[in-house]
Amino acid sequence: MQDASQQTGTTALQLVLAWGFVGVPLALGVLQTLINSMKLFQ
Amino acid sequence: MSTMMQTQASGGLFGFLDRNRTIAKPGFSRWMVPPAALCVHLCIGQAYAFSVFNLPMTRLIGITQSAPGDWKLTELGWIFSIGIFFLGTSAAVFGRWVEEGGPRRAMFTAALCWAGGFFVSAIGAYIHNLWIIYLGYGVLGGCGLGIGYISPVSTLIKWFPDRPGMATGMAIMGFGGGAFIASPLSVYLMSIFRTAHHVGVAPTFVVMGAIYLVFMMVGAFIVRVPAPGWKPEGYTPPEVAQKLITKNDVFVYDALKTPQFWLIWWILCLNVTAGIGVLGQASAMSQEMFPGKVTAIAAAGFVGLMSLFNMLGRFFWASTSDYIGRKNTYFVFMVLGFALYCTVPYTGAVGSVEGFVLCFLVIITMYGGGFATVPAYLKDMFGTRYVGAIHGWLITAWSMAGIFGPVLVNYIREYNITHGVPKAQAYNVTMYIMAGLLVIGFICNLLVKAVHHRFHMKPEHDAELAQAEVAAAGEPAGA
Repeated sequence: MQDASQQTGTTALQLVLAWGFVGVPLALGVLQTLINSMKLFQ
Repeated sequence: MSTMMQTQASGGLFGFLDRNRTIAKPGFSRWMVPPAALCVHLCIGQAYAFSVFNLPMTRLIGITQSAPGDWKLTELGWIFSIGIFFLGTSAAVFGRWVEEGGPRRAMFTAALCWAGGFFVSAIGAYIHNLWIIYLGYGVLGGCGLGIGYISPVSTLIKWFPDRPGMATGMAIMGFGGGAFIASPLSVYLMSIFRTAHHVGVAPTFVVMGAIYLVFMMVGAFIVRVPAPGWKPEGYTPPEVAQKLITKNDVFVYDALKTPQFWLIWWILCLNVTAGIGVLGQASAMSQEMFPGKVTAIAAAGFVGLMSLFNMLGRFFWASTSDYIGRKNTYFVFMVLGFALYCTVPYTGAVGSVEGFVLCFLVIITMYGGGFATVPAYLKDMFGTRYVGAIHGWLITAWSMAGIFGPVLVNYIREYNITHGVPKAQAYNVTMYIMAGLLVIGFICNLLVKAVHHRFHMKPEHDAELAQAEVAAAGEPAGA
């Protein structure tokens, strides 16, 4: 049985790249939507 | 068919797609899997933003305005409807193939179908043939939607046995968020490709198809399944069996014979019907209920805010369900939803725009939450082995709700207006009907009990599966 505590294969850089790959476009899209949504309060 | 496809893909050129080639090596972080799932769900979530192409596609001949021979909006509306129909159908039909073939093969196939749908549609837009777009985005893209939607579900549940709701919530949140990327991207690309001679739809389809192909292939490349026996650090499965969380597995076609499957089917259908109807009509409803107070621009902002809360609700409620339980989460949806739908007519009567907005923002989080929590509910009821395939069949509830929800809202509004009800009050009956639907959903949820042991997979079948998994684990490629 493998335990996650004994594993060091995936690097922090790989995690940052993977999350950035999906997170950056999503964050930009959310920001754009938020800016448009502010018209509700104007 | 599934056997044939597996045989074709089991070696040679497509060998890297095999499930046993995706078994994680020691050291692989499970936190790499949610981004892989998001790569797929963020792309197929574009479906929610397809309407940005509708108006430009009514001017493919006339360019600046519709000309004789240009397509009508009603004809274009069928593209999305066909896509959603094939989403449900393909998720149901290919669910078992997805489950048995593993996530990489499913994501790879979904990427080809989804991007292929855009490329075929580009030809349709270029030569002005709507049937080719029905075939491309509707049929081919719809199959990509269905296969892509269910592809990471069981993998995420296996990687996160301690937080299955949160894990699937993250992926399904991506489906809700895909429109935030697709909508501005589509508008931007069309503005680049627009010339005096064409509106730029065809090249936009080509570029978007190419972007989605790359994005989804990255997801297929980084996804992994856990090795047999793997468990997260510090996680110990509960010793005492919990009443509504089974330790057994139910075969996909046996699950369809259980009352639990159909009760959850109705819970999802009713929850989605209640949400989807108002989501589609939010702009018109806000303006008609508050004439003079909510402008068209403010209503557009309200719709954007609802989409954002739809996405956030998927992660919030699915994660919450890990702590309060799936059944209790749906009880919250039904009870709180009932109270809020009953409150909406009051907010209209007293002219409280803030109260109206608040009610619908909470309602829409529960609409999204219903989608995102259901895979974990199925896992609790039927085990992890075929949860993706069972989820595929459950998605037919979405297709059904997609028809009922808007029809209920639109037709009741029309009926009220033609019978002399002021526009500001035309939605009141609809709100009470939606509240009534949630009462039925509450009863369905109340009736959900543990699945009878006669439906559980037999130990000899489990042993065969375990043997197969161990054999497969002997040759992890870690590609």
